Amino acid sequence: MRVLPKVCTLAALASATLLAQANPDLQARIAAVDAATKSAQSAGDNAWMLVSSALVLMMTGPGLALFYGGLVRRKNVLATMMQSFVLMAVVTVVWAVVGYSLAFGGSGHFIGDFRFAFLHNVGSAPNPDYAPTIPQQTFMIYQLMFAIITPALISGAFAERMKFSAMLLFTVLWSLFVYFPLAHMVWGKGGLLNAFSGGIFPCFDFAGGTVVHISSGVSALICALYLGKRVGYPDTPMKPHSLVLSFIGACLLWVGWFGFNAGSALAASGLASSAFVATHFGAAAAALGWIAAEWIHTGKPSVLGGISGCVAGLVAITPASGFVQPFPALLIGLAAGVVCYTAVVAIKPRLGYDDSLDAFGVHGCGGTLGALLTGVFATCLVNDGLKDAAGKVLPLGAIDGKTGQVLNQLVGCGVAWGLAIVGTLVILKICDLVVGVRVTREQEVEGLDLSMHGEEGYILES
Amino acid sequence: MKKIEAIIQPFKLDEVKEALMAIGIDGMTITDVRGHGRQKGHKEVYRGQEYNVDLLAKVKLELVVPSGRADEVVRTLAAAARTGKIGDGKIFVFEVAETIRIRNDDRGESAL
Repeated sequence: MRVLPKVCTLAALASATLLAQANPDLQARIAAVDAATKSAQSAGDNAWMLVSSALVLMMTGPGLALFYGGLVRRKNVLATMMQSFVLMAVVTVVWAVVGYSLAFGGSGHFIGDFRFAFLHNVGSAPNPDYAPTIPQQTFMIYQLMFAIITPALISGAFAERMKFSAMLLFTVLWSLFVYFPLAHMVWGKGGLLNAFSGGIFPCFDFAGGTVVHISSGVSALICALYLGKRVGYPDTPMKPHSLVLSFIGACLLWVGWFGFNAGSALAASGLASSAFVATHFGAAAAALGWIAAEWIHTGKPSVLGGISGCVAGLVAITPASGFVQPFPALLIGLAAGVVCYTAVVAIKPRLGYDDSLDAFGVHGCGGTLGALLTGVFATCLVNDGLKDAAGKVLPLGAIDGKTGQVLNQLVGCGVAWGLAIVGTLVILKICDLVVGVRVTREQEVEGLDLSMHGEEGYILES
Repeated sequence: MKKIEAIIQPFKLDEVKEALMAIGIDGMTITDVRGHGRQKGHKEVYRGQEYNVDLLAKVKLELVVPSGRADEVVRTLAAAARTGKIGDGKIFVFEVAETIRIRNDDRGESAL
């Protein structure tokens, strides 16, 4: 019985081919329709990806700059904002010269090659290995925005005490030796952890839970430990100087994150919508989780708690966003709110390190939690990108019955943690020898705005 | 001439100003200050980090009035600034030796 439809299809195809051969005009018209369809899809995808690129840049400046800037003391507001802003410039240059190529050129297990160095051959033609419907330039500029925000996240740990020159050197070396290799391992063709392109340990990281958040969060912890505590910590009051700025920054991060996660579909597709929804749900549940934990623990629900929670949720949902359904996204967010609150409020004081703005507590812990929960909740109902040789859609996470995926995720986390710890330690040591990483005590007491940049954030008498 | 210095709750400033204007006192200097008397401070918590804030925001008013009006001004000021709760502030009254108007060198009460 099954033969019949096949025969019919064959007959239809044959007659269409005959018709087309008989009528060259029809053939040309089919080709023209085909080209127009492709061009329309490319236009739609490209529009969304250019908007997403801009959204992700907005996360660093002004989003992160305001979020972090408000959390420091008044005397360090400009220096903290500058640490985010200058990376928008520095990483861009490094990316153009070798960064893009090291992350997305070639098909090595650990790092790319130099085929796209100086953006050689990166033009309007798509790169079919990554995003077949958009110009490679769009893919390149989109990925650049991730490379910018990742080192900017680390600055939360060394805020208020790192030398500007050392920070520049550190972030350039860190991008070269930690970020680009890790981005290649997780997202690059043939990368060690790339589940969709020949990875040995297939990990799922939709938008950068491992590449962006674990790498920056764990490196942040190492920076906090290496640099030591700020002068006077924890006895001197170091209250955030403007939670209003932080509030605006956090809300910009929430909006920008739609570009970060939904944009990672690399197309204006149903998958992008799914990631958009999961992202929003994760942020909402995490804000509630943090607020509830705080309300029970200290008796008051704070604004800083709410915005910290939303960022923690956005971090945790990042690796999962393109793989999970809305309700698991709520669960991941809720867990992130409570776990990150505990990490920041209970674990940090006990361990005694001074992570000024909790880059580790939010990004390191939230990123690791999100990566592991991705292994639990990832489902092929959302993402059918993983197929066997016959084209059959394969199960993704534990919820699909593939319990072993959590172990793969664990390996991915381990690789990211290891690279971040070792890379950051070595790079800090180099920076310490070359320029010295920490400002003098006098410079720190005076404030980095004046001692590093020669200006003040608030000049009320002028 | 008497100088009246009052430290009051910031949210009472407008009421005090209006009450003083109503009795014809229109010159005063106001400063944002911090301090505490018997009022205890409060606790603030930022990501679990607790801070005890014992210096609270207050407003300091300074005005100089003819000696004959000092009592009336103090009564008006105190009535307008009072909530009856701890933390309402204090009023101090000083003797003033001389007043000079910089613009035209007027002296004494006519310079007020």
